[in-house]
Amino acid sequence: MKMDGGQALIRALELEGVDVLFGLPGGAILPVYDPIIDSSIRHILVRHEQGAGHMAEGYAHATGRPGVAMVTSGPGATNIVTPLCDAHLDSVPMVVITGQVPYAAIGTDAFQECDTTGITQSVTKHNFLVSDAQDIPRTIKEAFHIATTGRPGPVLVDIPKDIVDPDNPRSAMEWTDDVEMDLPGYTPRTDVDPVAIAAAADLIRAAERPVLYVGGGILKARAAEVLRQLAELTGIHVVTTLMARGAFPDSHDLCLGMPGMHGNFTAVTAMQESDLLIALGARFDDRVTGRLDGFAQGAKIIHVDIDAAELGKVRRPDVAILGDCRVAIEALVADLASNGTGGADRDAWRSRVSGWQERFPLSYEQAQAGDELKPQMVIERLRDATPDDTIVASGVGQHQMWASQYWSFDHPYTWINSGGLGTMGFSIPAAIGAKAGCPDKMVWAIDGDGCFQMTAQELVTATVEKIPIKVALLNNSYLGMVRQWQEMFYDERYSEVFLSKDVPDYKAWAESMGCVAMRVDSPEEVDVAIAKANEVDDRPVVIDFRVAAAEKVYPMVPSGASNSELVVPPSQQDQPR
Amino acid sequence: MSGPGDASAAAQHHVPDYRYHTLVVTVENKSGVLARLAALFSRRGFNIESLAVAPTDDDRFSRVTVVVDLESAPLEQIIKQLDKLVNVVNIRELHPGHAVERELMIVTVAAGPDRRDELVEQLDRAGGKVLSVGADAMMLSLVGPPSRVDEFEELLGQYGIIELQRTGRVALANLDEAD
Repeated sequence: MKMDGGQALIRALELEGVDVLFGLPGGAILPVYDPIIDSSIRHILVRHEQGAGHMAEGYAHATGRPGVAMVTSGPGATNIVTPLCDAHLDSVPMVVITGQVPYAAIGTDAFQECDTTGITQSVTKHNFLVSDAQDIPRTIKEAFHIATTGRPGPVLVDIPKDIVDPDNPRSAMEWTDDVEMDLPGYTPRTDVDPVAIAAAADLIRAAERPVLYVGGGILKARAAEVLRQLAELTGIHVVTTLMARGAFPDSHDLCLGMPGMHGNFTAVTAMQESDLLIALGARFDDRVTGRLDGFAQGAKIIHVDIDAAELGKVRRPDVAILGDCRVAIEALVADLASNGTGGADRDAWRSRVSGWQERFPLSYEQAQAGDELKPQMVIERLRDATPDDTIVASGVGQHQMWASQYWSFDHPYTWINSGGLGTMGFSIPAAIGAKAGCPDKMVWAIDGDGCFQMTAQELVTATVEKIPIKVALLNNSYLGMVRQWQEMFYDERYSEVFLSKDVPDYKAWAESMGCVAMRVDSPEEVDVAIAKANEVDDRPVVIDFRVAAAEKVYPMVPSGASNSELVVPPSQQDQPR
Repeated sequence: MSGPGDASAAAQHHVPDYRYHTLVVTVENKSGVLARLAALFSRRGFNIESLAVAPTDDDRFSRVTVVVDLESAPLEQIIKQLDKLVNVVNIRELHPGHAVERELMIVTVAAGPDRRDELVEQLDRAGGKVLSVGADAMMLSLVGPPSRVDEFEELLGQYGIIELQRTGRVALANLDEAD
């Protein structure tokens, strides 16, 4: 069938099962926007290309399907570099289509030209510059294959205008349904080495103080179910990293919660004192390990990862298992079920763990009458007033850590955040993407005032496209995490962190964007506002919670310190460790 | 001292304690692939000692011979990161001592008539060739193992090197090592 390149591009996206496309048109991508009118794909018109990228990420996090964004050349492409980098660091499957100047004009500094594939090379899993219309279907197929297999990640496809412009003879192509991929260098491995599995099972049987160290790879591998089998079969405690919150239910007896710089005492200390860390889809990030030479010094390591380069990159494993986490855990469960879970005596370890849990629960100082709102309390109330499977998307900073700590995640794919890159402004567009992919679920963005000001314009998108997300804005009038570091490590010398509580007027701003908006100053207003927000289902809601600026995130491992030097909140500082 | 058995086992099973290591990387012969390789080395902080690239007998692929500096990163991590590049088809380590390595140097040396005989004698001993002769200079070429090229380059210093180009190392596994 004869087609032009633009039609072929949209047809190829439809064949990949794309139902939602986040984007913003411009000169170079213009011809592709014409066939969109006739397509079954829903296009969501964003207000800034960064929004399109984070929406695609939010969609992917929530649905497990690749998020897709389309933008024009030059500034369109550069504006989506941050989401690409974000998706690269958090292994989010995403395909980004960028317009490019006509093929013959590349390299001439044409209007809105930039070297998109050059710029994005280091922030994508792979990228393509397509030179012929005939190659479009194959390239799209390859892009989705690369984005969604092996270690997932973002893939960019750069499309010169002439090969999609029906007025240009270079756009003529012959469509066929069966195109073959040509990727001789891409052969991700999913099966696991049985010898390594047997060795890992032996280590597990012998361990007296084992901990399952669970990372975002568990979610990417759709392995939450088998993880639970493994934990329950062996009785081994689980820590879920920032990227894995929800992969194992917080309400489960074996769940110790989040480890790392702002992890809870028990999760951090159990890893430190462990004799066997079973790392599943986790990458020994510096925010988890603290100072590396002081990290879990007595622990042997089993490391399961689908990316060979992660095995031994930071910490040398005693048993390395290359492959898909779900396949590996299933094999471990099979071995432990048939050969026994071993006779190691873990009673003493269990009582140490429960002792830490009793002495060092997550805690903050409750507000006294007349005190300002506590941000942690707002999150607890929100948690208790929303359905169990509510999706929470957060920005980056103190509110992100409090959300991760004080929310109770009992379902996978309900927590969406920017872990590796730490992208402020992530939450609103990510929440919109999640809601677009899961319209039947309640989606709350938990945001800070610094973050809100970076991407709030996408609430216009949410209003116009009828994507009713809800935003809990924890407005402490500061770049709060930076303020916390300046308080603790820079002698309370506050440099360029104050933002003002009243400018902008968040309520008026949100209303101007078509949202229902509320302002909450006192504790007694909190539940009422949340209940009212939960009832709105036809437009976005923003609640400006005006919270105490002096609150700090505890516990905290100071940057560069060992995890054994975890700073607990003042009320727990006299407790024996 | 360990016995001879121990020594040979160590040589076979451990990466030898050389600072530089040769990798032969087969890549897809597409535009931009060399830039991807070079950018990977730079962003991961891996240092390259030399790099030689050319298409293979199969024009879909190019063969890259890269000499990496193991002081900058462990060999295992370099190989694994290279392998993640979608356009990289195959990576092979060539252990020093188990491969034939060659490098070409062409060089213009200051050499008036009074020093030419001496220079040509040394060139013959090294196995090089005279490419052209000018009034006060000679252009020479030498193909050989990188160490011999190094030595000859050092020797030329006493004459005065006017211009010099080396290709970087290319290598093939020894016949009995080839798979």
